[in-house]
Amino acid sequence: MTEYNFAYLDEQTKRMIRRAILKGLAIPGYQVPFASREMPMPYGWGTGGVQVSAAVLTPKDTFKVIDQGADDTTNAVSIRTFFQRTAGVATTTATSDATVIQTRHRIPEERLHEGQILVYQVPIPEPLRFLEPRESETRKMHSLEEYGLMHVKLYEDISRHGHIATSYAYPVKVEGRYVMDPSPIPKFDNPKLGDMAAIQLFGAGREQRIYALPPYTQVVSLDFEDHPFEASKADHPCGMCGATDSYLDELIIDDAGGRMFVCSDTDYCEARQSAGHKGKDAA
Amino acid sequence: MQANTLSGGFADPATQSAHAFRSVMEAMARPGTIQDIHGAVPPAPLSPAMGAVLLTLCDTETPVYLAGDMDCEAARAWLAFHTGAPFVGPAQCMFAVGKWDALTPLAIYPIGTSEYPDRSATLIVECSELAAGATLTGPGIKDQATLSLPELEAFQANRTLFPLGLDFIFTCGERLAALPRSIEVSRSSSEAIAQAGAS
Ligand SMILES: [Zn+2]
Repeated sequence: MTEYNFAYLDEQTKRMIRRAILKGLAIPGYQVPFASREMPMPYGWGTGGVQVSAAVLTPKDTFKVIDQGADDTTNAVSIRTFFQRTAGVATTTATSDATVIQTRHRIPEERLHEGQILVYQVPIPEPLRFLEPRESETRKMHSLEEYGLMHVKLYEDISRHGHIATSYAYPVKVEGRYVMDPSPIPKFDNPKLGDMAAIQLFGAGREQRIYALPPYTQVVSLDFEDHPFEASKADHPCGMCGATDSYLDELIIDDAGGRMFVCSDTDYCEARQSAGHKGKDAA
Repeated sequence: MQANTLSGGFADPATQSAHAFRSVMEAMARPGTIQDIHGAVPPAPLSPAMGAVLLTLCDTETPVYLAGDMDCEAARAWLAFHTGAPFVGPAQCMFAVGKWDALTPLAIYPIGTSEYPDRSATLIVECSELAAGATLTGPGIKDQATLSLPELEAFQANRTLFPLGLDFIFTCGERLAALPRSIEVSRSSSEAIAQAGAS
């Protein structure tokens, strides 16, 4: 006998979350309300993602957790350990070996395949929230496809900065219907949302919402004809592995303000280094 | 109460329902794929797949409508014992269970509201076969998929309601497939050719 129920949550709660996941898959991009439960970790630690993972994991899964691309942060390690203990799952840091990947703020660089599930931790699921604080109103706006204000906000960016300054949580339109917040991933990751073989599930604990993207769902980043969407990143190769196609973090490496750019996806970077790729800052 | 009312549930509910859910989720996320589902041994006329889906998704919070032959003492007693789900008519149900002819017409089920399209029924349809058939396109499908459907028109009409509408799980033996409301269905090209040849 284990100390906890399988995957921590009781069966009734998992059934409720599972029903919400199925509705989310049937209505891509639509935020399904669910009754979020207290989890033995603070909200900032992705309790929405944790509850979704708890509802989908089986003991046969291999589980990976990334926090801003890294497997070794406190947050990632505790969530991984939590499910190792409560669900008996195997764990990995290798993207291609994982069957379920819980993530905060990144999509892995390596292309995901069929049979994989990507679970996002979402702080604010409502893309219209900063335009309209009232839930009753944003719900109405989604039902009427009233997304004009969203475009106005992006266009204000252009008139102020000459380009769309929004670089995280960049809004997308799903199957030509719902505008969706992809969670605070960099907009560099946005093109991966639509051309994805894996199932994508989004869980917001505090705001009690679950939404989903089935594989190969049409996902378009909002933009304008004269200012098309651009999946930008820092214009450098990775200092450690030399990759030119990955999303980079900027690190301060000494007191003199020396800087270095490295892959935010640590598994991707380490695999490249093991394969012999070397960046200019590698020892 | 009959002996088989008490038996035939999941022996290990937490892990068996986890596996069963993954089959249902894969089916709903990849319309047209046929998934295996195991662990339930319900009394006839419920199939093992039907039983496993119901054990995985239903409880005291999910009103269930039993249509036609499925509305029998054996099915009611088994579902009541293992899930506690209340039995209701089609207009109030969250899940409807039956063969296609008994479940139709579809206009009697809740399709959700414009602000809450998720407040809609899921129909679990017992089928005599699951195979290739109609052509499916839409979210979850790379180019196109194929699935045997009891008819086309009802599903085409359901698609026009999107984002409102009904979702379908098709069960047969220990296998299932699914068709969410988002999917376009059309006659497969081979069927269309056969039809043209016959006329
Ligand atoms: Zn690198």
